[in-house]
Amino acid sequence: MIEMQSVYKTYPNGVTALNGIDVHIEQGEFVYVVGPSGAGKSTFTRLMFREEKPTKGTVLVNGINLSSLKERKIPKLRRQIGVVYQDFRLLPRLSVYENIAFALEVIEESPKNIKKRVMEVLDQVRLKNKARFIPDELSGGEQQRVSIARAIVNHPKLLIADEPTGNLDPDTSWEIMSILEEINAAGTTVVMATHSKDIVDKMRKRVIAIEDGLVARDEHRGEYGYEA
Amino acid sequence: MKLRTISRHFREGSKSVWRNGWMTVSSVGAVTTTLLLVGVFLAIMLNLNQITQEVEKDVEIKVLLDRTVEDESEIDRVEEKIKSISDVGTVEFSSKEQELERLVESMGDEGKAFELFDQSNPLKDAFVVKPADATNTMAIADDLKGIEGVSEVNYGREIVQRLLQFNDYARTIGLALIVALVLTAVFLISNTIKITIIARKKEIGIMKLVGATNGFIRWPFFIEGMLLGILGSIIPIAAVVSGYYYLYYNLRDKIQFEFIQLLPFDPFAWQLSLLILGIGVIIGIWGSVMSVRKFLRV
Repeated sequence: MIEMQSVYKTYPNGVTALNGIDVHIEQGEFVYVVGPSGAGKSTFTRLMFREEKPTKGTVLVNGINLSSLKERKIPKLRRQIGVVYQDFRLLPRLSVYENIAFALEVIEESPKNIKKRVMEVLDQVRLKNKARFIPDELSGGEQQRVSIARAIVNHPKLLIADEPTGNLDPDTSWEIMSILEEINAAGTTVVMATHSKDIVDKMRKRVIAIEDGLVARDEHRGEYGYEA
Repeated sequence: MKLRTISRHFREGSKSVWRNGWMTVSSVGAVTTTLLLVGVFLAIMLNLNQITQEVEKDVEIKVLLDRTVEDESEIDRVEEKIKSISDVGTVEFSSKEQELERLVESMGDEGKAFELFDQSNPLKDAFVVKPADATNTMAIADDLKGIEGVSEVNYGREIVQRLLQFNDYARTIGLALIVALVLTAVFLISNTIKITIIARKKEIGIMKLVGATNGFIRWPFFIEGMLLGILGSIIPIAAVVSGYYYLYYNLRDKIQFEFIQLLPFDPFAWQLSLLILGIGVIIGIWGSVMSVRKFLRV
């Protein structure tokens, strides 16, 4: 699913975020990416949907070589990958329904199918009754569920979550985690960068720790490994 | 692009017009102000142009021939020479008999006395030359003087000079108005766009992350801009049409000189309206495109 070979990333300002990463992630895995702030977690996840481009090395996602992907092919890549952010990134002036439908409108899906599919995912994230609300009228947890619904509405094979529980209280975080687990159980690869020791230690999935731009640890059924 | 996507862009674009609230009001205000100025200015310029053309048509140079030029062939030779001068429009021969007739006619009753000259006409054969471009009248007159067999060259020096001056004024004022107008429009629109850019920057970024192509993002903005342009042209069209109606039907008689003729209300007012609408749509689309373009590189 994801294949990284000696990936380096240096930003234009001279900061080196990644210093030779080799990672292989199989289809259907659930992977936590952990590590101290500024160690390269975010850069690592952003490489997977071409929000960042590696300075050196190869990044293959679902068979597509992102290092040489042309600018105009990026939209097509992003349609195959669901992305969830810490700050939700919903379109503020669109309703919950419209926010999710947007991801289907860009692939010119028929209105009938859009309606059917949006209602399906709204059901999946348990927000069917909030379809007409705008993001500002929702709680943080609800907004994050909308953003997850949008991420999975296209049936992506890969879901990337960059600290999805970072802005949420523990109870709400668990709600989000159970939804992500369901999605993973249905066959979607999930890569999640997180700072939550609680979640990582309880869920016991594969853990990749990134320190100083290198893979410091890569364990199956691993633990968070840092002080909370 | 599928039809439903086009209709989706139309829906989103018009929704956005309402959702933007005061931003829409401010954009429409900028377009309205600009178009109001453009409309008035266009009405004035097009009428001035019309008047100038009318006046230019009336400019003629009279070339009087030496009495020694009598033969048909010699007259033809002079005519050929006149025609060879650049910028000469039409050349018409007028015999001394015709000249006398004109003189008598122009004098009215008093001119009757000149009929006595019927037997020994003191006038000369002449050519009436119309310049192709009235601004070159003086140069043409100078050339005409140099032709052998020409005794005198007359043109209303004063009228021509006044016309040239009038043309100059019109052009200077027109240019100043254009510059002022363009600067105003650019200032008003770029200001509104800047606000729009800041407000939309994040949204465009999100759309791209969800997999929208640049075209998909751009279209609703196109349509929004177009709608803003149309909304912005309503007041200017109403103002210009009613203003011109008033001017044409009420003030016409008061400001009318013999050579000043306003362009007829119908169809001029409608053509002007269409022009204003077109400019409004272009301004609107241009504004939207400018505001989006920079932020498509997310």
